[in-house]
Amino acid sequence: MKLHEYQSKQLFGRFGVPVPEGIVADTPEAARAAAEKIGLPVVIKSQVLVGGRGKAGGVKVARTLEEVESKARDILNLTIKGLPVRKVLIDPAAAIKNEIYLGIVIDRTSRRATMMASAAGGVDIEEVAATTPEKIVRVPINPFIGLPEYLARDIAAHIGLPRQFWPEFITVARGLASAFAATDASLAEINPLAIVGQPNGGPDRLIALDGKIVVDDNAIFRHPDLAEIRDPDEESSAEKKAREAGLNFISLDGNIGCMVNGAGLAMATMDIIHYYGGSPANFLDVAGGARADKVAAALRIILADPKVKVVLFNIFGGITRGDEVARGIIGALKEVNVSIPMVARIVGTNQEEGNRILAEAHIATAGSFAEAVQKAVEMAK
Amino acid sequence: MAILADRNTRLIVQGITGREGDFHARQMQAYSSIIVGGVTPGKGGLKTDYGVPVFDTVGQAVRETGANASVIYVPARFAPDAILEAADAGIHLIICITEGVAVQDMIRVRAYLDTLDVILIGPNCPGLITPGQAKIGIIPASICKPGNVGLVSRSGTLTYEVINALTQSGMGQSTCVGIGGDPVHGLDFLDAIKLFNEDPQTEKIVMIGEIGGSDEEIAAAYVKDHVKKPMAGFIAGRAAPEGKRMGHAGAIIEGGMGTAQGKVTAMQAAGIKMADLPTQIPDLLR
Repeated sequence: MKLHEYQSKQLFGRFGVPVPEGIVADTPEAARAAAEKIGLPVVIKSQVLVGGRGKAGGVKVARTLEEVESKARDILNLTIKGLPVRKVLIDPAAAIKNEIYLGIVIDRTSRRATMMASAAGGVDIEEVAATTPEKIVRVPINPFIGLPEYLARDIAAHIGLPRQFWPEFITVARGLASAFAATDASLAEINPLAIVGQPNGGPDRLIALDGKIVVDDNAIFRHPDLAEIRDPDEESSAEKKAREAGLNFISLDGNIGCMVNGAGLAMATMDIIHYYGGSPANFLDVAGGARADKVAAALRIILADPKVKVVLFNIFGGITRGDEVARGIIGALKEVNVSIPMVARIVGTNQEEGNRILAEAHIATAGSFAEAVQKAVEMAK
Repeated sequence: MAILADRNTRLIVQGITGREGDFHARQMQAYSSIIVGGVTPGKGGLKTDYGVPVFDTVGQAVRETGANASVIYVPARFAPDAILEAADAGIHLIICITEGVAVQDMIRVRAYLDTLDVILIGPNCPGLITPGQAKIGIIPASICKPGNVGLVSRSGTLTYEVINALTQSGMGQSTCVGIGGDPVHGLDFLDAIKLFNEDPQTEKIVMIGEIGGSDEEIAAAYVKDHVKKPMAGFIAGRAAPEGKRMGHAGAIIEGGMGTAQGKVTAMQAAGIKMADLPTQIPDLLR
């Protein structure tokens, strides 16, 4: 589950990370009132759960209250990568002198949460990662100790941060590590962590100008406060329906609707559709033994996609008997009216009986994985 | 011989009276009768209708039965505790079938287990089977047959697909082990391949990977220098679109590792014959 920028920064703030004193608004008038309170100039930032907001026109600076209102209106009317902008964050505009990247992610290889930092922060961090990975420092965090001061200091020294910022940086890095642990995050990042000049001529400060947290869905059960603020726009309606039905679903561009049990087999099914020159409309893992209610839910989701020309079932029954799987499919077809061709390949004890049941219902059957896919590719042409 | 488990393994089932645990304990016992006990807190003293004594704690079960392996079917939020309980009770081989375990829990569990002499398989895995001797987990026994092919895989049903293809081609298996696909888990490809490499019964090795992570690449580097046994492999996810990326950091940490093509290339370079279809694996081993 992704948290919005404003939610992430509020959380970081609670762990001692300096963040701008921003205000969230959902109307142009509220944005104006917020700017009045904060003081001009301000930056108006769309709150949507996708990257590339700036490039989509979703982040703008405003110098007058009239400008705040009109720009907030423009941004609130935007749809960015399919997601409507429902809220904007009004932050005081900062005099940025330098941008640092600071993030924590789960590193599969070291099996640790790993802090990453680079002196070259900002929007081009992916470019830095691809071309000059040596400019990114990586430090694994011991799960029983957390991030000790000396490691935070090591990171500061490594990225060449001027010494006067080290005490602040240590607070930020340790705060980020604490927030990551406390929210059961799988990702937490500050980009940029900026060196910001002060309007009154005071010493420059480190401030987290942007923030992002992704919470591990498997740990949501112990964070009811976070579950409550889940933004329903995070998922498409099909993805939401799939999640609620206990299905693992990703929509794709092709025309062969797939229903497979097991994520690995579902991926392999997509691979083999490509291998035979076809194109899958989705990835769908109907976990478990393909019970009628789950198959019905999955069929509804697949058929809601007008591109789908054929439905391919690839079910490895395992312990579930083949005839039970077939009856599950037939049961689902009583609930959902399917007017396009279907191909089914089921493996499991009693699979002959299963195939007979399917053939009676005018579903094409196949003896092998490859044969089923070839039939589906042919039918989709 | 085989790896990890055989007919002498003494297995307990954590969560034996739950729906999943009950169903699969019956399957396992019917196949190989290696279950010496079960654990469900609060139900100690019961005996299942198929004759297995139930204990309140893993410690009691180990003392009473001399168990040396445990398979876990408890719900996800209790699984980290169940793994720790088994490890602290002196169980040497722990197989966690449960899926949906929180990743930060697994980081702590794995870090602790690394200080002990314990092998964890999973979580979120189908377990393992040594055909004709021991079934621990949920791999359907009906598709397996004893033989000399060792198989290690990250997925569930795709593993069954390959086992089925092997058996249909007359190639039996020494041991099949599903290691699970969670970001932080126990046994990895490298560990399993080392075990197969040293196992005299295993003459050929199959490795079924998936996109993401770098376990396959790391194992391939070892295979290149140390494994003389013929190997075949398959990587699922070649046609997968670039995943929904987790912000910048996901892309940064992987740094070019983890793509299907990268894994296929690394495995080919190690002399592993790579299949386009999982069902081609038996032919590649001939």
